[in-house]
Amino acid sequence: MPDQALSHIRVLDFTQHLAGPYCTKLMADQGADVIKVERPGIGDVARRLGPFPGDAPHPEKSGLFLHLNTNKRGITLDLATEPGRDIARQLVAEADLVVESFRPGIMASFGLDYPALKAVNPDLVMTSISNFGQTGPYRDYRGSDIIFYAMGGEMSATGLPEREPLKLGPNATLYQAGAAAAVATMGALFLSCNPDDGQPIGQHVDVSIMETQLSSVDRRMTALLAYQYAGKITGREDWGFAGYPHGVFPCLDGYFAITGAGVYFSRTVEMIGSPEALQDPKFHSLEAQTDPGLQEEFEEVFYPWILSRTKLEVWEAAQKAHVLGAPLNTMEEVFNMPFFDERGSFAQVDHPEAGPITQPGRPFVMNETPWALRRPAPLLGQHNQEVLTDLGYTPADIASLRQSGVI
Amino acid sequence: MPRLPLQGIRALEFGVVWAGPYCGMFLAGLGAEVIRVESLKAFVPLTRSRGRTPRPSEPDPKALVSPLYAAPEGMPGARPWNQMPLFNPHATNKLGMTVDLLLPKGQEVLRRLIAVTDVVFENSPTQTMDKLGISYEKLKSINPSIIMLRMPAYANSGHYRNHRAFGFHIESMAGHVLQRGYADMDPSTLTNTLMGDASAGTQAAFAVLAALHYRRRTGKGQLIEVSQAEALIPLEGEAFMDYTMNGRNASTLGNRHPSAIQGCYPCRGDDRWVCITVTGDDDWRKLCQAMGDPEWCEQDGFGSPAERYSRHDEIDEKISLWTRSREPYEIMSLLQEAGVAAGPVMDPRDVFADPHVSRRGVFEEAFQEDTGAHLYPGAPYKMSETPSTIRRGPVRLGEDNEYVYQDLLGYTPEEYAALEEEGHVGMDYRPDP
Repeated sequence: MPDQALSHIRVLDFTQHLAGPYCTKLMADQGADVIKVERPGIGDVARRLGPFPGDAPHPEKSGLFLHLNTNKRGITLDLATEPGRDIARQLVAEADLVVESFRPGIMASFGLDYPALKAVNPDLVMTSISNFGQTGPYRDYRGSDIIFYAMGGEMSATGLPEREPLKLGPNATLYQAGAAAAVATMGALFLSCNPDDGQPIGQHVDVSIMETQLSSVDRRMTALLAYQYAGKITGREDWGFAGYPHGVFPCLDGYFAITGAGVYFSRTVEMIGSPEALQDPKFHSLEAQTDPGLQEEFEEVFYPWILSRTKLEVWEAAQKAHVLGAPLNTMEEVFNMPFFDERGSFAQVDHPEAGPITQPGRPFVMNETPWALRRPAPLLGQHNQEVLTDLGYTPADIASLRQSGVI
Repeated sequence: MPRLPLQGIRALEFGVVWAGPYCGMFLAGLGAEVIRVESLKAFVPLTRSRGRTPRPSEPDPKALVSPLYAAPEGMPGARPWNQMPLFNPHATNKLGMTVDLLLPKGQEVLRRLIAVTDVVFENSPTQTMDKLGISYEKLKSINPSIIMLRMPAYANSGHYRNHRAFGFHIESMAGHVLQRGYADMDPSTLTNTLMGDASAGTQAAFAVLAALHYRRRTGKGQLIEVSQAEALIPLEGEAFMDYTMNGRNASTLGNRHPSAIQGCYPCRGDDRWVCITVTGDDDWRKLCQAMGDPEWCEQDGFGSPAERYSRHDEIDEKISLWTRSREPYEIMSLLQEAGVAAGPVMDPRDVFADPHVSRRGVFEEAFQEDTGAHLYPGAPYKMSETPSTIRRGPVRLGEDNEYVYQDLLGYTPEEYAALEEEGHVGMDYRPDP
C-alpha cells in the first residue's frame, strides 16, 4: 500500500449523517486508518437516507453513506453497555484522534467525554461537531441545513428581494462544517502527533456548524464587516454589480451566468463579435450602464446572440474576451464533461452489496501522496472480527459479544 | 500565550479575491506566519480594491450601496486599500510585504524568501503566475522541501488553464447552482452566491495541513493542485450518486427538504423570516402542540409523513398564518423548547445582538490603524488548549516590509532604502509613471 499523507494517523470515528463523516472521509481518503463506530443493527442514519439504486431503500446501498464513508473500516458497538464502552476505551488508547457528532452531553452520558478519554490517552485530540457548539444557550437546539444557513449563513441576502430568502443547494452547510472541522482537527494533530519539540499536546476541538457559516461561507463575513464598518444591512438586492449584462441568461441549450460584465463593457462587445450597433460611443460610458433605454438597445443585440448559441459556445466566447461567466450544468452534463473525465474526478468503486458504482473521487491532487480508494464504505460491522482480534479478543469472546448485542 | 499548532511554519500567500486568502486565514489562525505578497503598482480586482487602481478616498457613493465597498462612515480614507470589507475579514493574523516581481530585483527577493519558506499558495489563472516567474519547479530548485498549493478555477494545465471564474461560476459549471433557486421560477432568476470560494479555500487548507504532516514524517514537500471546480464535486455527493445510480438530474427543491416538512416562513416585521424543519410524526405532534393544537392539524390527510408531504403547500400556508403574527426569535424559542428545529433568518443586526453568538465569543475585537477597532469573525472552531484567537487586525498593505526584508532576509538599511526608491517597498499605491 502506498504511503499517503496521513497513513500514520489512527482515528476512532463516532460520527454519523454528513458533517462528521465528511470530516473523517477527508482524512481517510488521505490514508488515515479510520475506524467507524456504528450502533449494532441500526448503523449510521445516512444508511436510511437515499439515494438508493432504483429508489429501493437498503442499509448497505445508500448513495449518501457510500459516498461519505470510503476508506473507513466499520465496527458496531453498543455504547449503552459497559463492555461496549470498554472496547471503545481500548480503541481510544490506540488512537490519535476521536471525532464525534452526537448531541452535546451524549458522549458524557456514555462516560466517553473528553476528560474521560484524556485519562485513557493524554495526547488524544477529540473533535466534537455539533449544531451550535458544546456551550451557550442554543447548545441543545436542533438544527438542519436550512437553519444553519438561516442563522449562520447569508440566507437573508440570498434570493430575490420580493420573495422569501433562499437556501443553497442540498447540505452545503454540512459539507462546509465537515471540511472546516477537518482543518481544525489537522491543526490540533500537528501539536499532538510527534511535534517538533517532543512535547505533545492533546486537546478538545469544539466545532459549531452555525459558526462554520458565520466565520466562513459565502459573502457572510463581508456583509458582517460592512455592518461593522458602516451599519450597512445587506438585503437580497444584488451585490453592487450594477450594469449589464449581469445575471443568468437563457441560451440555446440551457442557461449561462455572466457576472458584472458592464464593468469592462468593451469586453462584452468583443465577446458577441463586435457588432456595429454596439460600437457607438454612447454605450461606452459609466452613465450608459445605468441607462435603461441603452440597456434595452443592448439587449436587442445580446439576446439573439446568446439564444442562438450553446452554453459551451458562449463560454468559449466569454473566456476569449475575458468576460466572467460559466454554464449552468446539470448533473448529467457535469458527469459527461471531458474536463472531469480526463482529470479522473470520479472514481469507480466495487461494493460487495451495491455493486460497481461511479462516485465522486478526489477533491484535489497531491503529487507526492495521491488520493486513493483503498476500500469502499464498510458494511455494518464488517470489521468487528478484525478490530477486536487486534485488541486481543478471542473468537469465543467475539461470539459472546455478538450474542449479547454489544457488537 | 500557548504554543499554536503551526507556530514555526512560514507561508507565502499570493491569494486573490477570496478562495486563496480564505485558505490563508485558516493557516494564520492556526499560528503559521502567513506573509501576503503584494505589489504597490497594481491591485488585483476585488481584493484590495474594486479594480486595478485604488477606489477613491473621498466619500464613496458605492460604499453606501454595496457591502463590498462599505467603509467606516462612508469614508474610505487616505489608504482605502486597507479598508475593504471584502478583504479585511480574511486578513486577520497575517503579515504583509510588497515587492514588484516583474523586476529582476523582485525575483531576487522572491528567491531569498522561498529559501526560508515552508508553504507557498496561490489562486490565480495559470498564466498570471507564469508572468510572475513562479512555478513549482523553480520553487523546488531553491527549496527542495517546499510545499506549493495552486488553486486555479479549473486547472493548471489543458484547455481550461487560464479560464477565470468567481465562486458563482464554478458552482454553476459544477452543477451546484441548478440545485438551488425558487422551485416555481426559471433559473434566470438565480442570484450570485459565492460558497465555492469558501469551500475550495477550506479544502485547500486541509490539503496544506496534510502535506505538512507528511513533510514532518518524511522531509518531502510536494505540489498540490486544487481545482476549485473539482473540489466542489464531493460536496454534491448525493446528487451525483442519484445520477450514477438512477440517471436522475437533481433540480431545485427551493427551501424544501426531500422528505421533511420544511420552509422559510414570514414573521411579524419587515423582511423577517423563520426556518422550520419538521421530521417525522414525533416532530409533527410537537409542532402542532407548540402552535396550540389548531383544528386543521387534526384533520384527515395529515396523518403520515407521506400524506403531509403531498400537502406541503397547504401546510406551508397554515404555518405561515401562525408565524406571521410572531417574531422570528419568539418562534425559535417556542419551537426549540418543544423540541422542533427552528431558527431565524439572521441579518447582521441579529448576528451581533444574538445571545448565543456573543456567549460563544464568535467575534473578537481587533484594531487596525486605518480602520479602527471592530469586531471580526474568529476561527470557526474552539480549541481547549491552544485557542486560535485574533492576534492581529487585518493586515495593511506592506505593513511588515521592514521585518521581512531586514530581519528575515537580511537586507541592510541601505539596500532597503534602495528597494523603497525603486517601488518595491512601501505602504502606498504607487503606479509606474
